[in-house]
Amino acid sequence: MFSTASGFVQVKPARMPWFKHYQGDKLMTRVLPDPSLVKEELIKKYPPKVAKKRGKAIVVNDPSEIPPVQANIRTIPGIITQRGCSYAGCKGVVLGPTRDIVNLVHGPIGCSFYAWLTRRNQTRPDSPESENFMTYCFSTDMQEEHVVFGGEKKLKQAIQEAYDLFQPKAIGIFSTCPVGLIGDDVHAVAREMREKLEDCNIFGFSCEGYKGVSQSAGHHIANNQVFKHVVGLDDEDKGGEFKINMLGEYNIGGDAFEIERLLEKCGITLVASFSGNSTINQFENSHTADLNVVMCHRSINYMAEMMETKYGIPWMKVNFIGAESTAKSLRRIARYFEDDALMARVEEVIAEEMPAVESVIENIHPKTKGKLAMLFVGGSRAHHYQELFGELGMETLSAGYEFGHRDDYEGRKVIPDIKVDADSKNIEELKVTPDPEKFNPRKSEEDLDRLKSEGLDIREYEGMMPDMKKGSLVIDDISHYESEKLIELYKPDIFCAGIKEKYAVQKMGVPLKQLHSYDYGGPYAGFTGAINFYKDIDRMVNSRVWKLIQAPWEEKASRLEAEYVTQ
Amino acid sequence: MLLRHTKKEVMEREALTINPAKTCQPIGAMYAALGINGCLPHSHGSQGCCSYHRSTLTRHYKEPVMAATSSFTEGASVFGGQANLVTAINNIFSVYEPDLIAVHSTCLSETIGDDLQQIVTKAKDDGKIPEGKKVIYAPTPSFVGSHVTGYANMVTAMAEQFAENTGEKLDQINIIAGWMEPADMREIKRLAKELGATIKLFPDTSDVLDAPQTGKHVFYPKGGITMSGLKSTGDSKSTISLGCFTAEPAAIALDKKCKVQFKSEDIPVGLRATDRFLMRLAKAARVKIPESVTDERGRLLDIMTDMEQYFHGRKVALFGDPDDLIPLTEFLVDLNMKPVHIVSGTPGKRFEQRMRDILSDSVPDANIKNGPQADIYLLHQWIKNESVDLLIGNTYGKYIARDEDIPFVRYGFPIIDRIGHSYFPSVGYMGGIRLAEKILDVLMDRQDRDAPEESFELVM
Repeated sequence: MFSTASGFVQVKPARMPWFKHYQGDKLMTRVLPDPSLVKEELIKKYPPKVAKKRGKAIVVNDPSEIPPVQANIRTIPGIITQRGCSYAGCKGVVLGPTRDIVNLVHGPIGCSFYAWLTRRNQTRPDSPESENFMTYCFSTDMQEEHVVFGGEKKLKQAIQEAYDLFQPKAIGIFSTCPVGLIGDDVHAVAREMREKLEDCNIFGFSCEGYKGVSQSAGHHIANNQVFKHVVGLDDEDKGGEFKINMLGEYNIGGDAFEIERLLEKCGITLVASFSGNSTINQFENSHTADLNVVMCHRSINYMAEMMETKYGIPWMKVNFIGAESTAKSLRRIARYFEDDALMARVEEVIAEEMPAVESVIENIHPKTKGKLAMLFVGGSRAHHYQELFGELGMETLSAGYEFGHRDDYEGRKVIPDIKVDADSKNIEELKVTPDPEKFNPRKSEEDLDRLKSEGLDIREYEGMMPDMKKGSLVIDDISHYESEKLIELYKPDIFCAGIKEKYAVQKMGVPLKQLHSYDYGGPYAGFTGAINFYKDIDRMVNSRVWKLIQAPWEEKASRLEAEYVTQ
Repeated sequence: MLLRHTKKEVMEREALTINPAKTCQPIGAMYAALGINGCLPHSHGSQGCCSYHRSTLTRHYKEPVMAATSSFTEGASVFGGQANLVTAINNIFSVYEPDLIAVHSTCLSETIGDDLQQIVTKAKDDGKIPEGKKVIYAPTPSFVGSHVTGYANMVTAMAEQFAENTGEKLDQINIIAGWMEPADMREIKRLAKELGATIKLFPDTSDVLDAPQTGKHVFYPKGGITMSGLKSTGDSKSTISLGCFTAEPAAIALDKKCKVQFKSEDIPVGLRATDRFLMRLAKAARVKIPESVTDERGRLLDIMTDMEQYFHGRKVALFGDPDDLIPLTEFLVDLNMKPVHIVSGTPGKRFEQRMRDILSDSVPDANIKNGPQADIYLLHQWIKNESVDLLIGNTYGKYIARDEDIPFVRYGFPIIDRIGHSYFPSVGYMGGIRLAEKILDVLMDRQDRDAPEESFELVM
């Protein structure tokens, strides 16, 4: 039903910058359509109300004067969205990667089944005997009788059985849609069973799928409950210098392993990771760290802010995606600690790691430079991965988040201007105050101000848009229709999204890189990860297989040639 | 060990399911709906349901799986999902232009009591369903049955909401496909053609979930039964349903509505289930089974006789869906194998009855369980108590196979770590050859791996 790219040649290329494009050694220039005309094209087919609403979520970027983007707003029914639900954000994203919690899903079987091992969070237990429940799927498998008469009794029994079988340190209970509707009180059940079982921490999450507008609500709910019920339970000083927590890194494809390797090499102590390759004891002990570094701002900024308020631990945004960003992030951590030896060690590590990266990029860059990318994924990846494409000499034409908020696009400075609508109001905001005993500001406000004035952006996130070119298109919660139109109009060399988009895009002859699951590869973080990513993208954009699509007996489309104008 | 906490001692559980051998209804409804030409499945519930189902089906097929959602928020959950569904119907017909939308419910919309029929009528009254287009609906509460039930419910909806008895009988036989792969549906059509029988197969996901790479995304691929084809099933001479869990309910509905009599058969996996299916079809269509098909049977049988020594007495553990497991177990018994542990998360008394019948003389004391707590965790415990030579099940079986070092054949849904299941049939005699080959491959690879050097065999 989608006509081919007739719009592509009709749209005037007048105002869009020309991108340099190479084929082999030959410099070509690809003519790209005017982004504001593209925007019109994307919403033209929608009914008027839909067009109006979607129009606010599609903006032409100008990094010098960032336009507002509609984000974290309800998806229009029937539009075919990438988004999932609150439960997915809570159980799947934030709590899923912790290996020694029994994650018990209270509800019909599907919710637990679909979140069973599918996110590729890797974990490395200390020994063959250490706990690892991540390969297991636990559910109360709610039946009709429980929907009618209530499911609390079954939930209690299921907790008891999980305890009897596995003696876990902790059990998390995750509410699915019917649970909230029938009024099962998972928090009361958690309290009761915690008292009964004594040596097992049990806590509930009201993360019913209908809460909020996307996975994002679930992240917030997960942050709240882990903060309330787990963080701060273990005060033991486990030693080590330069103690940090890594927030919002979920160890997909082993990213956290690579970051752990680098931190260790630099002599930085990782107290807790939220939550890739983590244990519950790391969470309990995390308030003993002296700095929180935040990878995925969207999913975990709540935790960073609450820990600062309660315990006095400052936070800082980092990005270990991209070799340059990794180096920069390590340097910024060292600068925070203001320790000369650490700063020197970080420089040594960077100097040791970079040659391998440089030798690979030297080979690959000529084959990837000038190629065009689009990224529609997550709440931070669509931003972070632009770094890696930049290192490959590729341009990001268009990007957007699946469940980001305006601050993830425009920077935290817009937070006071964000209107809190009914859907956000339903998500609890914890009232956090300094802990009477454990609050201990790691740095004075004066020191923090001084560091900030020296360029260390503490408590800051500038968002995606300042890093994107003028004229690039920023699209929040992109619909399937819009994705296909964009591909028709721009003909990118690679499209980044998730599994639901993968094969539709590839059917259009464009390789799709999954940035949730990494197409079962990775790691992509840190220096080793950057090398992996360069190689994978080179493989994908230069694969012979895309050139074989047309059968030799079919007429060669002249359309392909028309795209290129030799300079 | 990946499943290091699984203990040998079996403790009776009443409330906790661990590592389920089933999932929920809506995904089955979504899969079935993709077997209608020009259809966009629609999930009436929270966004997560649709996202999870599309993701799982996509991982299984490595194909685009298009479907829409009502995107419930807390407000919709309180006030009802009518506005969301009517809006969705309007948007889908405006933007994605399907011939029809197949709506299924979810645990959320069922719990709040949304009435799909009433909402679809409202959408029609409001002029949101264009002329010539259609919206069908199936209730698929996730807290009843399993994904198998959801498939059956959507196929039943097809029969109930499309079939018409015009009074003029058509010279065609309905074949209602139980939950099987696109390749299986293609094979059923090929066999019918070999027999010279005219059939209407529904649903039919061949040429939908195995679409070719052409450089163009065809949003509605060419496969699937057409709306007019579905309508005509009410005038067919008779119906054969394949699978008593996934296809028979639709056959009953069609009989009730249009007086088209039906016979219930198994999905034709293995020799004898294929024999029964072909005889049934030949009789219904008044055709003879041609020599070409008898030759196919002979080829399968030839492998069964020639390789008998490698199958004989080997113990098998299986998990999956009733309609798959019933004929598969029969086939394994015909191969002189011993299915000793069998679980299915899908409830239903007929499963155990059929299994006991099939195993009555070969493995009368087999462990068989389906329904609540009949999960892969229990199967693993049984294996720890009585080891097996072969494990057959969906991708999740690989964790047991690795921990226990058991040869493993992937069969069922979902298979998300290998390809082939959607391209090569498991049904019919050719499908039997493929299954036998897959089983032999893993058993013989194991023999090669473990053989002492002096008895490492060149010829096997």
